[in-house]
Amino acid sequence: MSIVVEVRNLRKCFGQNEVLKNVDFTVNRGEVVSIIGASGSGKSTLLRCINLMEWPTSGQILFHGQNVLEPKYDANHYRTKLGMVFQQFNLFSNMTALENCMVGQTKVLGKPKAEARAIAMSHLERVGMAQFINARPRQLSGGQQQRVAIARALSMEPEALLFDEPTSALDPEMVGEVLVVIDELAHSGMTMLIVTHEMQFCKEAAHRVAFMDEGVIAEMGTPEEIFNNPRNERTRAFLSRVRN
Amino acid sequence: MPTTFFPAVWYILENYGSWFLRGAGITMLIALTGTVIGFIIGLGVGVVRTIPAPRGGKFSLKKILLKLSNILLNIYIEVFRGTPMMVQAMVIYFGLSEAIGVNLSPLTAGIIIVSINTGAYMAEVVRGGIQSIDKGQTEAARSIGMNHTKTMLHVILPQAIRNILPATGNEFVINIKDTSVLNVISVVELYFQTKSVRGALFKTYEVFLITAAIYFVLTFTVTRLLRLVEKKMDGPSGYTIFTSSTMPQGRLLRGRRGKETAV
Repeated sequence: MSIVVEVRNLRKCFGQNEVLKNVDFTVNRGEVVSIIGASGSGKSTLLRCINLMEWPTSGQILFHGQNVLEPKYDANHYRTKLGMVFQQFNLFSNMTALENCMVGQTKVLGKPKAEARAIAMSHLERVGMAQFINARPRQLSGGQQQRVAIARALSMEPEALLFDEPTSALDPEMVGEVLVVIDELAHSGMTMLIVTHEMQFCKEAAHRVAFMDEGVIAEMGTPEEIFNNPRNERTRAFLSRVRN
Repeated sequence: MPTTFFPAVWYILENYGSWFLRGAGITMLIALTGTVIGFIIGLGVGVVRTIPAPRGGKFSLKKILLKLSNILLNIYIEVFRGTPMMVQAMVIYFGLSEAIGVNLSPLTAGIIIVSINTGAYMAEVVRGGIQSIDKGQTEAARSIGMNHTKTMLHVILPQAIRNILPATGNEFVINIKDTSVLNVISVVELYFQTKSVRGALFKTYEVFLITAAIYFVLTFTVTRLLRLVEKKMDGPSGYTIFTSSTMPQGRLLRGRRGKETAV
């Protein structure tokens, strides 16, 4: 298995507050890794550091063995390789669903419009949103917006997808339709890194689960190990908290 | 010259109507060009002032240049917002001709003054407009690999410009009225023409009442037109649902079929 992203000794401080303390971990090709943990444990910060939304204080992030934190590294090109799905969807509100999925392809990757359109359509179909290509984000429900956001990320044909609590901002009735899409992707061999509070989903879809606590990965293992046999005391405490 | 009100007004319109029209034309010319150029200046200044500080060394050339331009732009904004346009007109028009020897026509000088003045106001409006766009929009744009320029061009500015359209309209209306101060440098706009008519007829309130009505028609028309533009920019309120037989009608679609609103 080849490593897509490797994080080494990653530290991130916001002022005096050390949010990430020497985090090490890897994501392999085709692997679905879930990050769980309490609020404020650094899960989202870790994800945001990986695609350089936040600039790490120190450490290394290797993408196919190259440190993306090198000053000369092309961060914008790197970001095209990692799709990001946000908690708040963040669809471009000045564009339709289709345009949202095309703009990156035409303006960043330089693809011709027709090709971009075809790719966008195929991904919008995949997430079940092909009917709504002309709709603007404000005309769509949260679940529909998130599915378009997933299609937008897929349209860039990235090597890996990062999900930052993709269902946390959704009404309970819409969580399902988004999880179905993510689950389908997880089984298609897509490399994915998912920060989530959906434990059941984690259990079923993830190959590996990382439990974060106070800025470190306290425990990492298969869903089986983490959920049924947690070795770390803090993992156990967290799981019993979320189960109740 | 009739002495009662309505006949007097009628008399003025019949004999001096073209004076008012010419004045109104110049007023609109200055206000429109001034607003457009001012908007462009404001857009440029606002965009420069929202460039994020580059990462890296404290003394990189980029950082110093950015800092310097920010200081200069700040001075421009503060000076032009902090002094009356009438005074600016005197200083610029006579300053250029007496100190440097550049003799502009009053009209050209008027357009320049209104543009620079509007630019100073619009710069702050644009900055506010850019900053009011949700940070998530920028993050999403960056996450698909857009650099700062592309993010601005394709995502932030289209939304910001839509949001600042009402403020721009406001500025346009203010400019229509404020061009009247340019009479101090003898621009033959509406107010200047009105004064001339009064001088010819020795009638004051009738003449100025006509002028007030003309100013009002001008500003009211402009506000209405801008509302139309705003509506146009918002796009259609509905959307079409595509139901092709080739479309997969799988489990994903089952979710919320009932919610969609068609046009």
